[in-house]
Amino acid sequence: MPSLKTFSRGGVHPPECKISAKMNIEVLHVPQKVSIPISQHLGAPSTPLVKRGDMVKVGTPVAKTSGFISANIHSSVSGKVANIAEVVDTSGYPRKAVVIDVDGDEWEESIDRGSDLKKDISLSRDEIVQKVLESGVVGLGGATFPTHVKLMVPQGKKAEILIINGVECEPYLTSDHRLMLERGEELMVGIHIIMIALESDKAIIGIEANKPDAIKYLTGLAKDYPGVSVQTLKVKYPQGGEKQLIKAITGREVPNKGGLPIDVGTVVHNVGTVLAIYEAVQKNRPLVERVVTITGKSVKKPGNYMVRIGTPVQDLVEAAGGIPENSGKIISGGPMMGKTLTNLDVPVVKGTSGILIIPLDESKRKVEGNCIRCGKCVSVCPLGVEPHLLYALSKRGDWERAEKEDVMNCCECGSCQYTCPAHLPLLDYLRVGKAEVGKQIRARHNKK
Amino acid sequence: MNNLMLSSILSLSGVGVLAASILYIASKKFHVEEDPRIDQVEGVLPMANCGGCGFAGCRNFAEAVVKAGKLDGLNCPVGGAECMAQVAHIMGVDVQETEPMVAVLRCNGSRKNAPQKTHYDGALNCFAAHALFAGESGCPNGCLGLGDCAVACSFDAITVNPETGLPEVDDDKCVACGACVTACPRDIYELRPKGINSKRVYVACMNTQKGAPAKKNCSVACIGCMKCVKATESKSVSVKNFLSYIGTDVDTESHGPQLIDCCPTSAILGVNIEGSKNA
Repeated sequence: MPSLKTFSRGGVHPPECKISAKMNIEVLHVPQKVSIPISQHLGAPSTPLVKRGDMVKVGTPVAKTSGFISANIHSSVSGKVANIAEVVDTSGYPRKAVVIDVDGDEWEESIDRGSDLKKDISLSRDEIVQKVLESGVVGLGGATFPTHVKLMVPQGKKAEILIINGVECEPYLTSDHRLMLERGEELMVGIHIIMIALESDKAIIGIEANKPDAIKYLTGLAKDYPGVSVQTLKVKYPQGGEKQLIKAITGREVPNKGGLPIDVGTVVHNVGTVLAIYEAVQKNRPLVERVVTITGKSVKKPGNYMVRIGTPVQDLVEAAGGIPENSGKIISGGPMMGKTLTNLDVPVVKGTSGILIIPLDESKRKVEGNCIRCGKCVSVCPLGVEPHLLYALSKRGDWERAEKEDVMNCCECGSCQYTCPAHLPLLDYLRVGKAEVGKQIRARHNKK
Repeated sequence: MNNLMLSSILSLSGVGVLAASILYIASKKFHVEEDPRIDQVEGVLPMANCGGCGFAGCRNFAEAVVKAGKLDGLNCPVGGAECMAQVAHIMGVDVQETEPMVAVLRCNGSRKNAPQKTHYDGALNCFAAHALFAGESGCPNGCLGLGDCAVACSFDAITVNPETGLPEVDDDKCVACGACVTACPRDIYELRPKGINSKRVYVACMNTQKGAPAKKNCSVACIGCMKCVKATESKSVSVKNFLSYIGTDVDTESHGPQLIDCCPTSAILGVNIEGSKNA
């Protein structure tokens, strides 16, 4: 058997723990109250369009984009705007959100709620981009980068290959896996829409070898769609990272220091995003819900749920049978890159791919030792930076040197911290360094 | 044999004399005239090189003093009045009256006042924790209690009290160098005048949230109720973003007890002020 494709530099293989892989996507009940943060995407926070007392339906815009890199936000429920208040979100800080008291479940009339497959694409390239922009679609893989920006190819560049990210390399998470199995037909149409927008004639769906059912199913479907193919990849973390996936599939390397996938003729979209694009373009349906995995080793009913944006995590936890005894942490996202939540009122946002409940004995950090210069962190880093060095620089506050040593290249995958035998909080300090150096770069940029 | 020794001695001495004369000539030719007062001023400085004066070190401060020829705006907070008197004597100018300052922690979110809701086990410093979340109490502006200020202090004036979870400033040791002000990622420290007889009054809160959310996380949070502004009608008391600020020019004698007593959440603290509830 020929060895499977993967990226060449670094990477780790943590236990997969895909407990909820066999659970069908269920629709979670509409919550009684939602808090929809106005900053759910990368870029500028949106500007609220509603005020206290306004009546909204599902799909009513509640906040509009406030810049090129920003996104529209729609109400995910029908009811009355209770308040525009500060709500603690995944960032750990209270941030502005539109709080809506739910009353019934009335949808905007323009939205097609039927589940029939609409294959014919009638919109032109520009209309597709406009529709995606209006519908507030952002990258649902976790980075929440506004999708319409990625559909516009800059002048002089060409998107030769569209890569669809069905890797889901984070342990535990299964939302993308289920989506591929249950919404395959819609995905194919979605891919076709993106190919029209990008004027690209080749699309490759990258899936890791641990999802043979999805590979088989989508390979079968792809036969009817010219230009679309499925590529099986070796299981390796962080293959779902944009740069790693491009390297794994095409062998091309995105240049460091601010290089974009389009520089090497590729554009990457997550399967969740593809479905959102399909719904926006074919069904006129804005992004108001997403698939969220709720899982954990001791969770009673792990599963995958279609959840309205803004639903408190509490509702999702209850659907999974409540918090098991001896739980230590509740994480939004996967175990490698996710963030621990500080309370259960935190709303599900566009970037929430999963909620993970970790037992107490596994949740504790191990005692920090000293760096023994073994170089393991360097060898697993998929981007070739030196985590041990950046850790020291960041700890010392030497931002100038940290910038020189490419701290901004770090993709925060956490492979270094996972592998460190001294259990150093490498990722914590890399994140701090990235935040601080990023701030300084922006300040310099603004000065010019 | 003798010859070898003699020639070695002679040649080495020759090299020595030659090198010495080159150095001598160079030192005369390239001599830089330096004011002897710089050395004198440096001599009376505490040599802590803390940067509290705004210069990189004591030598730089001494150079600046001599260059300026006067003491306007130049002060060594570590040496204090005594040291500055000596500097003034060397420079032959009048002593400038400078008010002694002290670092003040503008947060009273102790474990009791702002109970812990979560447990943080990440990198143990304020800078990292600040980047990650609001804090164990949930207050986004409050002290994280991980002691970046204590590490930054070169004078051993700050210690984190394990019981309250808050750092405490030792007034006698604090020289107001400002290292803690820079170190704190949430700008909680402020340098304030020590005050006459060490009497001070200040708002021990940095929370800019509205009253209800602020109070939810901390019982002694400033809720921006304006009572302090109304009670004193003093220009030095103001409320912005639901947070009161008492200026350093406040009259502690007449307004001190009043300010402390009017605050419904006890967010205003007084030091050495008698006749008030938290004296």
